[in-house]
Amino acid sequence: MLSTYKYPKYEYTRPPEQSGGTPQRYPVVVVGAGPVGLAAAIELAQSGVPVVVLDEDDTVSVGSRGVCYAKRALEVLDRLGVGQACVDKGVSWNVGRTFFREQEVYNFNLLPQADHKRPGMINLQQYYLEEFEVQRAREFPNLDLRFKNKVVSVHSQGAGATLQVETPDGIYTLETDWLVVADGARSGSRRMLNLDIDGKIFKDRFLIADVVMKADFPHERWFWFDPPFHPGQSVLLHRQSDNVYRIDFQLGWDADPEEEKKPEKVIPRIQAMLGDAREFELEWVSVYTFQCRRMNAFTHGRVLFVGDAAHQVSPFGARGANSGIQDTDNLCWKLKLVIEGKAPSSLLDSYSEERVFAADENLMNSTRSTDFITPKSKTSLMFRNATLSLAREHAFARALVNSGRLSVPAILTESSLNTPDSDVFAGDMVPGAPMDDAPMRLDGKDSWLLDNVGKRFIVLLYVSDPATVSATLLDQFKPLADGPLAPELVLVAHKVSGATPQGTRVLEDQAGRFAERFDAQPGSTYLIRPDQHVAARWRAFDAKKLSQAMARATCTL
Amino acid sequence: MPLNLKPNFHESGKRYFHAFTPGDDFYESLIDTHRDLTDEQSAMVNAKLVLLLANHVGDITVLREAMRIARQDSQ
Repeated sequence: MLSTYKYPKYEYTRPPEQSGGTPQRYPVVVVGAGPVGLAAAIELAQSGVPVVVLDEDDTVSVGSRGVCYAKRALEVLDRLGVGQACVDKGVSWNVGRTFFREQEVYNFNLLPQADHKRPGMINLQQYYLEEFEVQRAREFPNLDLRFKNKVVSVHSQGAGATLQVETPDGIYTLETDWLVVADGARSGSRRMLNLDIDGKIFKDRFLIADVVMKADFPHERWFWFDPPFHPGQSVLLHRQSDNVYRIDFQLGWDADPEEEKKPEKVIPRIQAMLGDAREFELEWVSVYTFQCRRMNAFTHGRVLFVGDAAHQVSPFGARGANSGIQDTDNLCWKLKLVIEGKAPSSLLDSYSEERVFAADENLMNSTRSTDFITPKSKTSLMFRNATLSLAREHAFARALVNSGRLSVPAILTESSLNTPDSDVFAGDMVPGAPMDDAPMRLDGKDSWLLDNVGKRFIVLLYVSDPATVSATLLDQFKPLADGPLAPELVLVAHKVSGATPQGTRVLEDQAGRFAERFDAQPGSTYLIRPDQHVAARWRAFDAKKLSQAMARATCTL
Repeated sequence: MPLNLKPNFHESGKRYFHAFTPGDDFYESLIDTHRDLTDEQSAMVNAKLVLLLANHVGDITVLREAMRIARQDSQ
């Protein structure tokens, strides 16, 4: 039991299959009610796709797991309706200090870029995120969340999957058109389907200690390379909610996990680190190892893998839960279009293509951090220490110090859903990029760009004066809006003074951040996917090009 | 030109979206260059690297400055 958190106990309800109901076939079943499975279920349910979620447990994740939630994940969670709860409960930090042996090498201030709704990162214990997601999931009548439902067999056929599920009332059979597997790194479903996941195990062990600080302690991230209180290894200190601090000690491969977990072993380590008589209380201790690996493809017929079940990274760089949440963001709009018959199932191949690309980027970045933090050879250690020595005085060396890179979303530059640029644009909002945020005004109220796009295809048209948008243009757009994908036309203007076209939203870019970040000039047109990635852009509105780009982005070309 | 001590890594034809990427690309290549070598082989590779890069830089004033900084705190 933790002193700062009481685990909720979610009630088990006997499933309809075991209550004399007729067995039915479901459109989508999600296995695993962790942060990623719940994100998938909420997004599907709120977009109108009924979903069943199976989880073997009846509470949230136990102990210390995910800690850092990055800006992009928070933006996705905003669309799911839980972003604000996470930001309110989480803590943000800006100052990071890096120490090498006795000395501070440098510190940085992660001041967030101005004019984005969400900060670069918040720290929050994973159980809070899951709790907020469960609360949200329960608001949807078309979301059937089943606790104490353990999947004991999975069979995949051409048109779906059949599961056997064990509950306190015995075993029942369940059939589904689509199966979303979100049951984590040791995925039982993946094993039951005899699918492989390849990669490497890092020969190192780490001790996690969560402590409650009794006195005030700086709200900073501290990272030590080879500190005097833990020679030859690295140590990370991170603040979480409720005054709980996560301390991560590298132990080396030969350490004995059972021995290291003992309080009489852990407490002196922490005392040596704090260096004074500061009082603290031990809340949680565990020892972990990690692997870096991924499946070859994340789709296998009608079985779709998300999160740690599909890919695993080292914890340095906050790319586990963050990338899993982005998986579901990428997957769910595609799955909805396929289920509704508006796109062919080949659209789901692009889910695998795009998220494998993202997983490889995450694997690369987290492996690089791991190699810097825990050098594997004498030469590698020599370069690491030389970099740290030079970093005290020289900017170039500071840029090489890698104690974990900020988790940023992949820019899907290689995606087959993108329409390549034919016009010239400056800046980073290339086809495949997740959109940058910008402050906006809508109907005279302050708002954010990212709160006004997503969930469907959006066409953003930048104009000098909304009143001058021609009837011809609106007429050309109408057949698209009336088509199966039903995109919405949204105007963006620096200033809204006169009349605006009836029934069309107009975002006012008063601060000019949109124009700046999207290199927009009057006429600039962006086609935005339901997951807020740029699909295509032009310097002038052209309904025919839009239609083709939308077809490309949904594999209906 | 004086010794450049600001971040300076780049690769032609490559577009960077994040400031940390070019330095990390370099560092990974550096560590990969030493993969599976003995300590002695690695020391030899490093010596050759210094000579190759020194010739590329050419300007002996700049090289002396680099050698001075590299030697600092060694004794």
